[in-house]
Amino acid sequence: MSEPFTTLDSPYVVLRADNVDTDQIIPARFLKVTDKAGLGDALFADWRCRPDGTPDPDFPLNRPEAKGAHVLVAGANFGCGSSREHAPWALVGRGFRAVVALSFADIFRQNAMKNGLLPVEVPLGLHEVLVAERARDPAARIAIDLAAQTVALAGSTAASARFEIDPFAKECLLHGVDELGYLLARLPDIERHEATRIS
Amino acid sequence: MTTPTTLFEKVWADHVVRQDEGAPAVLYVDVHLVHEVTSPQAFDGLRARGLRVRRPDRTVATMDHSTPTLPRALAVVDPQADAQLRKLRENCAEFGVQLYALESAQQGIVHVIGPELGLTQPGRTIVCGDSHTSTHGAFGALAFGIGTSEVEHVLATQCLLQRKPKTLEVRVGGKLGPGVGAKDLILALIAKIGTGGATGHVIEYRGPAIEALDMEGRMTVCNMSIEAGARAGMIAPDATTFAWLEGRPMAPSGNAWHEAVARWRALRTDDGALFDASVSLDASALEPMVTYGTNPGMGIPVTGTVPRPDEAPDASSRAALAKALEYMGLAPGAPIAGQRVNVVFVGSCTNSRMGDLRTAARIMRGRRVAPGVRMLVVPGSKDVKRRAEAEGLDRVFRDAGAEWRESGCSMCIAMNGDQLAPGEVAVSTSNRNFEGRQGRGGRTLLASPLTAAAAAVTGRVTDPRTLMGDAP
Repeated sequence: MSEPFTTLDSPYVVLRADNVDTDQIIPARFLKVTDKAGLGDALFADWRCRPDGTPDPDFPLNRPEAKGAHVLVAGANFGCGSSREHAPWALVGRGFRAVVALSFADIFRQNAMKNGLLPVEVPLGLHEVLVAERARDPAARIAIDLAAQTVALAGSTAASARFEIDPFAKECLLHGVDELGYLLARLPDIERHEATRIS
Repeated sequence: MTTPTTLFEKVWADHVVRQDEGAPAVLYVDVHLVHEVTSPQAFDGLRARGLRVRRPDRTVATMDHSTPTLPRALAVVDPQADAQLRKLRENCAEFGVQLYALESAQQGIVHVIGPELGLTQPGRTIVCGDSHTSTHGAFGALAFGIGTSEVEHVLATQCLLQRKPKTLEVRVGGKLGPGVGAKDLILALIAKIGTGGATGHVIEYRGPAIEALDMEGRMTVCNMSIEAGARAGMIAPDATTFAWLEGRPMAPSGNAWHEAVARWRALRTDDGALFDASVSLDASALEPMVTYGTNPGMGIPVTGTVPRPDEAPDASSRAALAKALEYMGLAPGAPIAGQRVNVVFVGSCTNSRMGDLRTAARIMRGRRVAPGVRMLVVPGSKDVKRRAEAEGLDRVFRDAGAEWRESGCSMCIAMNGDQLAPGEVAVSTSNRNFEGRQGRGGRTLLASPLTAAAAAVTGRVTDPRTLMGDAP
């Protein structure tokens, strides 16, 4: 179960990088936990902090205007690498509800949607506008409407796009329900299938 | 006449339990592999809902990620890792799951022991909360990594909800030259198509150069499918596969073996079957590969030079390359061969099997690890360790001055205390060269076991063919 996702209008943080891997989102040394608590503190730990442990004031997440941002904007192939669900847990733990990127790695996309974190794939044109606008105006906001599958620079009708999402995952996100209930309801089918399996 | 289908489509169709309009398929999972890092929250989820593990007989657990590789009597790296390992023991005991714990004679990296035990079989669906589950596709299984929510789904129902991925044919013609192996082949592919090049696809590796690989080489290739973004990688089972599997503890035996082989022979892509995309590679043209950057797609032949950011095609790749080279401490245009190396790591689910150790030992025999270089050799499983010791490979490594360790993931993921110091350069047989992957500030150059061993004895990135003499 996660918080339902309907619409979001929020300031955003821009991470200007492609291929942001899950080892950056949350380094492996933070995976020795047995629950999900506190993982937000480890989000981008090695990019947020210098080797001596002090925060890097230039890292986008550390800038004062990042406070209250629920959307992260990044480049192509976001979330590549390891299957660790700690990556979306850390993003959600830090208050993010959506990641807007040029593309996503498969496992990250699946993991994100199972935690109420919406992956929004946008075309290059809109991506460039969002990056430029954020540089110009630190108070710039993104507006996302999941039911309508639209994403826009808040207040702009020109800078907007429709995004694709698996219709089943969309329903789950809109209602904050997970897939396990659906699977459990299909146990009779699963039993029938098992009866026919050889290996 | 039936429509010709691919290997992937055959295995997929055989496991679809139900497919409702508008919903993903309910896909049956034959084997679920579990380890300490990505399972505790899933078991907690079961407890919270009052559920049991539906098929403990199809679930197998081991300890590998945060386990020590120094003699087991020593304490686990820290109390947190210790607690995580204890949690796995408790969960497996409570839910009736077979656990190959640290003290078990079969313990090892989950993707090494699955095939060793004979759990990994052609035509099966295999999942694990670990992206390198793609390894098992080397046997013609459909095997892929999942997140912890999905681990919980499989524990509870033995099924997953999955959209059918697309298919990508990777056809590898020609013949690998001396000193060039499976690791070089897969690094060359990822360099060609990029780390997102196979996103949304299941790869089938085909062609003469793939058929010529032994099972360990095939596992190395399929293992790194995820580094090209693929959902899974598969190779059609053949006589090589069957010979490797026969007699494994959990492989069928007697009549059941012959029946299984007859079924497995049908697991091939039909002539005329269509793939969604296709790429080809000429094995004869490949050289030993090494990465220079901070993702596995940043690879070049060991005879090559570090790419120059000013020659990159666009602003974003220029910036990414410049950032990677700064992290790696490499100068644009410099030859990669000759770069100084501090640490050599031979291990991981990519390259820690007998063939990998034998290959590395070929270079190490009669030579010494270069002064100032530290070499870790970490067998993938206790079985590999025992067999290597029976062959005397441990002596070869120890005599050369390398550290011979207990089995586990070790420095591939640096969760267990085996790690690089900031700024150190490693030539590593593992699968990821991401920033900090082998320890914060550490710099990783991915390469084959042969190239890694060559770096160990020279202290520099070295073309292993220069050390091979006339050996075949």
